[in-house]
Amino acid sequence: MPTRIRESRGQEMVLTAAAAVVIVLLSMLPMLRLVKEIVAPGGILSTAAVEAGLRSPATWIATWHTLVVGIGGTLLAVLSGTLVAVLVSLTDIRCRSALVLCYVMPLMIAPQVTALAWLQLFGPASPFLKLFGAAPPLGTKNPLYSTSGIILLLGVQYGPLVFLLVRAGLRKLPRELVEAARAGGANWFTVLATIVLPLMTPSIMAAAALAFVSCVGNFGIPAFLGIPANYLVLPTLIYQKLAGGGPAVLGETAFLSVLIGMIAMAGILAQEVMSRRRDYRISSTSLPAEPYELGRWRPVVQAGMWLLIVLVLVLPLFGLVLTSLVPGYGIALTAKTATLDNYRFVLFEHDAATRAFFNSFWLSIAAAFFAVIVAVPVGYLIAWGKQRWVRLLNLSVELPYALPGVVLAIASLLLFLRPIPLTGIQLYNTVWIILYAYLARFLVLALRPTISGYHQIDRALEEAAQVAGAGLFTRMRTIIFPLVAPAAVAGGLLIFMTALSELTVSALLWSSGSETIGVVMFSFEQGGDSNYAATMSVVTVAVTFALMLVTNLLAPHLPNGVLPWRD
Amino acid sequence: MARLTLDHVTKSFADFDAVKDVSIDVADGEFLAVLGPSGCGKTTLLRLIAGFEKVTSGEIRIGGDVVSNSGGSVGPERRRVGIVFQNYALWPHMSVAENIGYSLKVAKLDKAVARQKVEDALALVNLQGLGERRPANLSGGQRQRVALARCLVAAPSLVLFDEPLANLDVHLRASMEDEFAAFHERTGTTIVYITHDQTEAMALADRIAVMDRGRLVQLARPRDLYHEPANEMVASFISQGILLTADVLTGEESGHCKVRVLGSELVVRCRPGERPRAGAKICCRSADIEISADASGFDGLVKRAVYQGGAARIEFSPKAGPDLILHFEQPDPVVLENGAQARLRIKSGWLIPAAGTAF
Ligand SMILES: Nc1ncnc2c1ncn2[C@@H]1O[C@H](COP(=O)(O)OP(=O)(O)OP(=O)(O)O)[C@@H](O)[C@H]1O
Ligand SMILES: [Mg+2]
Repeated sequence: MPTRIRESRGQEMVLTAAAAVVIVLLSMLPMLRLVKEIVAPGGILSTAAVEAGLRSPATWIATWHTLVVGIGGTLLAVLSGTLVAVLVSLTDIRCRSALVLCYVMPLMIAPQVTALAWLQLFGPASPFLKLFGAAPPLGTKNPLYSTSGIILLLGVQYGPLVFLLVRAGLRKLPRELVEAARAGGANWFTVLATIVLPLMTPSIMAAAALAFVSCVGNFGIPAFLGIPANYLVLPTLIYQKLAGGGPAVLGETAFLSVLIGMIAMAGILAQEVMSRRRDYRISSTSLPAEPYELGRWRPVVQAGMWLLIVLVLVLPLFGLVLTSLVPGYGIALTAKTATLDNYRFVLFEHDAATRAFFNSFWLSIAAAFFAVIVAVPVGYLIAWGKQRWVRLLNLSVELPYALPGVVLAIASLLLFLRPIPLTGIQLYNTVWIILYAYLARFLVLALRPTISGYHQIDRALEEAAQVAGAGLFTRMRTIIFPLVAPAAVAGGLLIFMTALSELTVSALLWSSGSETIGVVMFSFEQGGDSNYAATMSVVTVAVTFALMLVTNLLAPHLPNGVLPWRD
Repeated sequence: MARLTLDHVTKSFADFDAVKDVSIDVADGEFLAVLGPSGCGKTTLLRLIAGFEKVTSGEIRIGGDVVSNSGGSVGPERRRVGIVFQNYALWPHMSVAENIGYSLKVAKLDKAVARQKVEDALALVNLQGLGERRPANLSGGQRQRVALARCLVAAPSLVLFDEPLANLDVHLRASMEDEFAAFHERTGTTIVYITHDQTEAMALADRIAVMDRGRLVQLARPRDLYHEPANEMVASFISQGILLTADVLTGEESGHCKVRVLGSELVVRCRPGERPRAGAKICCRSADIEISADASGFDGLVKRAVYQGGAARIEFSPKAGPDLILHFEQPDPVVLENGAQARLRIKSGWLIPAAGTAF
């Protein structure tokens, strides 16, 4: 008997220890390393790095810009996302799931692709505007190269994020709360203003915090729209410094990345403080309220919604496709000029581009695969484990994803600039450092769905196997993995889609030979080869859409909310 | 105060009829309880009256005005009904006073007047001084009172309750029951009160509507419902009535007729105009069954005897119908034991009208 007890304890301890090691390596180590660089660069306590950073006017300008676009983008995202969520959730609008699918789609498209698509749509070379001869003359400045352009695109990119959270909140709104108000004589708008929106403030504020963190950490949009106008935010400032100065300026950029991290954290804390004062936990479970009948306004509202979809999704993608078919900058698209040469060029001829496709594919597959393998046991410990400290693990896994990508990228650089002690393995300047950063950053995308998968499974299924004599590892393999596999795999597919066209992290970590799709796309655009950049974007968007279709096949086996685009 | 009329009301969800051809006329000031098993359509009926759902066919009138028919529906905010939900539905972001004063604020009532009304409403439900609290900091019974005050403050012409006491413990239930009765007495408001608790319905209501699978199966005063159930469903639903197959031997005479049950003959109450027929059902309750002191009655086996303090509950299966279980109470001294043979007698019962006859 004692040996058996020891055996089962042993397996659990091995599992816990392995999970702890993975999380320490991926989540805590880089953050600690970053903090050390600020507090004690080179091992000696010093405030030199901080002082130098604070003295530089560029720091202040970029911080100001970051706050401006961060707050502006957040406001736009919150307004549009909440409005769409209210219309979709509370009215009798038609084709709801199609609307949700289309509205959420920009979230699945990389920010730099969004940026590129909009630039192509409104620029002087726009093949779309040229179709009607409405393009401004060549040489005019693209109106999107501006603060308001960046804010607009951040709002478009993250409106769906707000939408998803507010919609989830609205779904939990019990219909009795609305009905009690209507029985009290309130019309629909009064109910909306006095009951629904106040009750949704926790959701809306959480969504705002998330949108804010995403906006201040975003690299793709300010890189494509801001750098040409010399409008730098903190992530692009870091990028420029590193691109110009190399490892020598790492200390300086470490300070900047901590600054972004602190701005992001401030956003989250502000939300925490505000929502603590307004804790309206809605406890009852009930059906959602009957949709409000728009009556004769329904066609108008519907037309408005679809117009919005056309604006934020269809037109940009259409512009992107048009640009990818044009042989060169500024040439109008006609039946004669249309060509697939760009596709041949980026897929087969251009060395860096072909290499980038190869790299990004295997990096994404490796990150997804690894995350699924790790998410199942870690999710087990977090969802069903008895030790409380394990839940802290959950927090630290969230951190690399919650914080802006630049923060993790700089931390990885610091960590691997020198060969790994004892082994002498050199990750810096190889593709492996990108893989490391991907693993750390995206693990949580597979972990979250897996945990909600665990919460849906009746624990008795595992206990039955335990009673039947199966040890922990056997249960993992034969019972638990098959049950949570759909959720974990869906998480893996989300990781693949996100990592495939990722730019923020790889822009700082790439080296010759380890380019990613995002990096090559960016350098094409910077070099003025928008057609090639657009072509690469079209390919990745097509792959993403195809994968979304495949992932949909898993939908019947998934907890609600795992696939953001499914209503 | 208003009269409520439901006229052949049907409500279908997709192809499922949640409420089917229900007609009820609730008099001004009447207290109507709606009783029925879970899922029979009680809540749906209430939501139709309040205007949260549209009728599929039929008509609803409140105080003489048509509020719902298949042509359209008056919005709930214009019906002047008050509603108390099972889960209270208090708004967590407002204080108790704000909750209660909501409808006054919506109606743009003068602030001072509104404040006075809220005070009065709080006093009415014995919650003076709790106006500034949040609903989250109240006990279940207090929340129930706030919900009641919130619905009363606008002086609705019709008050709807959906199982208002279902979430309360037994003691609180009894005291709230008294309060509801007192409130009805004082205000004379028309009330539709949904419950699945029979004693609650019997204690409070002027009339009870029993529903089953979307249909109204009986609408009667509590006493009549107990003594003269209209069909087998009501008979077995109310107070665990026992149904027995019987042959009617004689026609009705001054409210009674002779029937043969389990091989023995007895006289039961019945509707006027009953005629001899085979395969009828009678309903009797445990109080109608006793141990036979003479040769009358029928033999059988005691399946189970459960002593319950002062009396035992006996489950008995007659020889003539071994699948039947009759249950009754035997007061101390209990003589029957598991497996004992006994002879029972039915003192009286009610002949259930043949299906299809009107009630
Ligand atoms: N919105 C709806 N869509 C489809 N079916 C519904 C809807 N609302 C109610 N139903 C169905 O109508 C039937 C009656 O429901 P209702 O809520 O009125 O029952 P109830 O008598 O109040 O039950 P309970 O005592 O459990 O509260 C149920 O079978 C229910 O599933
Ligand atoms: Mg109900």
